[in-house]
Amino acid sequence: MNLALLLHEWLVIALGLGLLLADLWLPVSARRRLGYVAAAGLGLILVYSAIFVRIGPGEVQYACGHMYALDGLALFFKRFFLLATIIVLLMSVAFVEFIEASVGEYYSLVLFALTGMLFASSANNFALLFVSLELITVTFYVLTSFQRSRLTSLEAGVKYLIIGALSTGFTVFGIALVSGISGKFDFTELAAVAGQYVGNRIFLFGLLLVLVGLGFKIAAFPFQIWAPDVYQGAPVPTTAFLAVGSKAAGFVLLLRVLFLAVPAVTLQWSKLLIIISAITILYGNLCAIPQRNVKRLLGYSSIAHAGYLLLGVAALSSAGQSAILYYLSGYLFTVLGAFTVICLIMQHVEGEDISALSGLSQRSPLLAATMTLAMVSLAGIPPLAGFFGKFLLLQAAIAQGSTYHGYYWLVAIAIIGVVISLYYYFGVVRAVFWSKDVADFSPIHISRPIRASLYACLFGMVFLGVYPAPVVNLATEAVKALK
Amino acid sequence: MTLTLILAIPLAAALALAFVPRNYRVVMRAVALLATFMSAVLAIKMFLQFNAALPGPSGFKFENQAAWVEALGIGYHVGVDGINVGLVLMGAIVAFAAACVSWEIREREKEFYILLLVMAGGVLGAFASLDLFLFYFFHELALVPTFLMIGLWGRGPQKNYATFQITLYLSLGALIALVGLIALYVQAGAGTFDIPKLTEHLRQNPLSISAQGFIFPLLLFGFGILVSLWPFHTWAPLGYGSAPSATAMLHAGVLKKFGLYGLIRIALPMMPDAAQRWMPVVAWLCLGNLVYCGWVAMRQKDFNWVVSYSSVAHMGFVFLGLATLNLIGVTGAVLVMVAHGFLAALAFGLNGYLYQQTGTLEINQLGGLLRKMPFIGGALMMAAFAGCGLPGFANFAGEVTVFFGAWTAYRTVTIFACWGALIIGAVYMLRAIRAMLQGPLPQKWSHVADAVNPWRRFPFVLLLACLIAFGFFPRLLTDKITPGVAEVLRPYSAISTAESRPTMRAALAPVLSKPNAQ
Repeated sequence: MNLALLLHEWLVIALGLGLLLADLWLPVSARRRLGYVAAAGLGLILVYSAIFVRIGPGEVQYACGHMYALDGLALFFKRFFLLATIIVLLMSVAFVEFIEASVGEYYSLVLFALTGMLFASSANNFALLFVSLELITVTFYVLTSFQRSRLTSLEAGVKYLIIGALSTGFTVFGIALVSGISGKFDFTELAAVAGQYVGNRIFLFGLLLVLVGLGFKIAAFPFQIWAPDVYQGAPVPTTAFLAVGSKAAGFVLLLRVLFLAVPAVTLQWSKLLIIISAITILYGNLCAIPQRNVKRLLGYSSIAHAGYLLLGVAALSSAGQSAILYYLSGYLFTVLGAFTVICLIMQHVEGEDISALSGLSQRSPLLAATMTLAMVSLAGIPPLAGFFGKFLLLQAAIAQGSTYHGYYWLVAIAIIGVVISLYYYFGVVRAVFWSKDVADFSPIHISRPIRASLYACLFGMVFLGVYPAPVVNLATEAVKALK
Repeated sequence: MTLTLILAIPLAAALALAFVPRNYRVVMRAVALLATFMSAVLAIKMFLQFNAALPGPSGFKFENQAAWVEALGIGYHVGVDGINVGLVLMGAIVAFAAACVSWEIREREKEFYILLLVMAGGVLGAFASLDLFLFYFFHELALVPTFLMIGLWGRGPQKNYATFQITLYLSLGALIALVGLIALYVQAGAGTFDIPKLTEHLRQNPLSISAQGFIFPLLLFGFGILVSLWPFHTWAPLGYGSAPSATAMLHAGVLKKFGLYGLIRIALPMMPDAAQRWMPVVAWLCLGNLVYCGWVAMRQKDFNWVVSYSSVAHMGFVFLGLATLNLIGVTGAVLVMVAHGFLAALAFGLNGYLYQQTGTLEINQLGGLLRKMPFIGGALMMAAFAGCGLPGFANFAGEVTVFFGAWTAYRTVTIFACWGALIIGAVYMLRAIRAMLQGPLPQKWSHVADAVNPWRRFPFVLLLACLIAFGFFPRLLTDKITPGVAEVLRPYSAISTAESRPTMRAALAPVLSKPNAQ
């Protein structure tokens, strides 16, 4: 038992509990500020982690038996989650006016969800996988329905609960089958024997059910049904956190299961992964075309992005895996930037229709610039982060094309998806810049912390697009843990 | 550093403009003019200093290199040889002219000039880069402002539709080309995006026929969409018809040549086997540009559409030149690229001025304008003559060279192409000119004013001067282009290159002497 390794988790849990206690004693008016405290605390943890926690390439340290693994991949994702949560917390502070219930709880729930994600990035055992998955999902049930008097928020919570519980059931059943057949819970031990079960149908079926649970988290076809409704109904910071944190947690677990626990089986599943990736890309992009609600639109677009990310998984190469990490890093800044803008506009305009964005370029150039760059980056156009991410993913897939021609078809579908997505992303840009019927021109007040997080998102999008080398190196180092 | 400065000055100016307050309109315009002027002056200086005879270590001059993403073999690498030195010059001059005519923009000038400068830096960067990734990166950097500028400052009732159409169509083309470029990188297996290194590597270890067989069409049609190769040209007329003049000038004049340049720089030298197989197809497709689009241009009622279709038609010459795969034809193709850049910029710039004065470009609404605007009308007439291929303008030199090259390779196609170029081109251009400039002046146009201010005239004079200068002295370009093209065509049987070197001079002799004799 080497509990010092769990430092990130301990600190975040302590911070979350501290916030809960502070919430009891502080006067109501001061509680809102707790969000800044939480963000600052996470910032300190992130700085500490960046300076003092070191893991050599390919090196692994275990804690709690073999259950918890701290390797390059885990560390990359832990920092990723910390950064995402800081921006989400700043966004929440701007959003709390819309939450009647006690605000402190919201912040600490976000931190507990973060704890789940931190554990997920280190999961080396089906038990820890399940527990961290549940910790994330259960907190999100509450976070989704936090606006108790808003019907859509409750509806979103219920939908998320029902489909989430169903997929959890599948996951547990799958884990039972896999470990029942092989007798192993531990990923490292399972990898050693997985080769024997390549032909075992019950084993494969169990594994497929585990993938169902993870597919639900990342909103991949055919487990994507919940995403648009929940994205639309949930409070904006929750939606943002779902889009970035929850999806990334799904991907780190997917990478760990596929490439650390059952590499022998994964090699045979390239076709399945290609098909799921292709359908997810097409489904997300096609369904996004007619959407008028911005949050719903981003919900569908997040399905499409899950498809692009799965393309990296399907490539079954370390180039594909590092492309996923890079893409997610760009996605973090892009999506959080977009949701921060939506969060601020929602305070001033009723409804989430795209037309609410009209005249934004006159009302606040900073918000207009962030929204435009976020859409352009999501569409994958240089010189922004989204382009380089797609470039890496496509390159990984094309490199595999000589082994199996299906990859070329997948690339073709990804290209079609990108062209379709240009249409609806440009629809948003158009609303920001050239819409005729602008209702009000009142400037939008942006508080200083939010301004800082917007600048951070802008900087991240441009930096990752223009100077990708440092993050590419980080991602390449991180995926060395996967083989 | 010269080359880096040429492309970096506009980009740096765009960044600087972001910090200029919105109401300092004069400052913004001055910054844009100064930046494009400086990069044009540097480009002229570089063009004059460029000496094709001096052998460089890699065949490229004014090179700059820096590491970018070393893990993937992506680097910042710019440099010029005879092929792109003229294109960079043309791009820089057109960018300056585009900044000059932008006085017509009266709203949201800040955003306009930022986008214009980004576009200028992007096109210059695309022509200067010697790295596949950088090449594509700069092109997209220039393409996105195009979309935004059409959407924000475009004109005409179909502006929104035009924006979406051109965005989706061109992005599709660019993405297909991107897949081709990545596949090329992967298949070459050299682990580098550096163009000279890749070319050298592929010369030693050519790609397999099957790999060439699927990569070449990706590049051909991806780039083909960007250059409006028939039948992928349908985005062009509406897009240019709706674009503000500066955007149309930069896109039709310069950015569109990116695809052609990509074919010359990347597809031809790296995949010679597939090129030989595909080029006859291209030769026939180019007739679609020359004859069909020329024919369509005759039927247009809006002068902007006539010019747009004629600009599509002119791309046919370049494709025909490329399809010959011989020294004369490809040299002619590059010459046409440069000449058409000036011409398209001139024509769209003049259109913009006319539209600004009259509010319409419907041919049958206009008439007799030459009397009210002798300068603009005269310039337009000269642009029309250049477009028909009149000797004395750079276009003639390029087109004739292409035909000389094409005659040996594709005789039937050349006959049709000559017909399309000389007859059809003259018919639509002269007919439009007659209807717009000659005849009685309708009462409603009595208020139109000529460009009297020398500053208003300057961009048009500049572009015309370039057309005439290269028309009378095409050797200024061909002497630089020929060695560069010879290097590109090295994989295509050493014999033909060795033989055509002297033939080149002989074949060009009439081109060189004819305009002088007139």
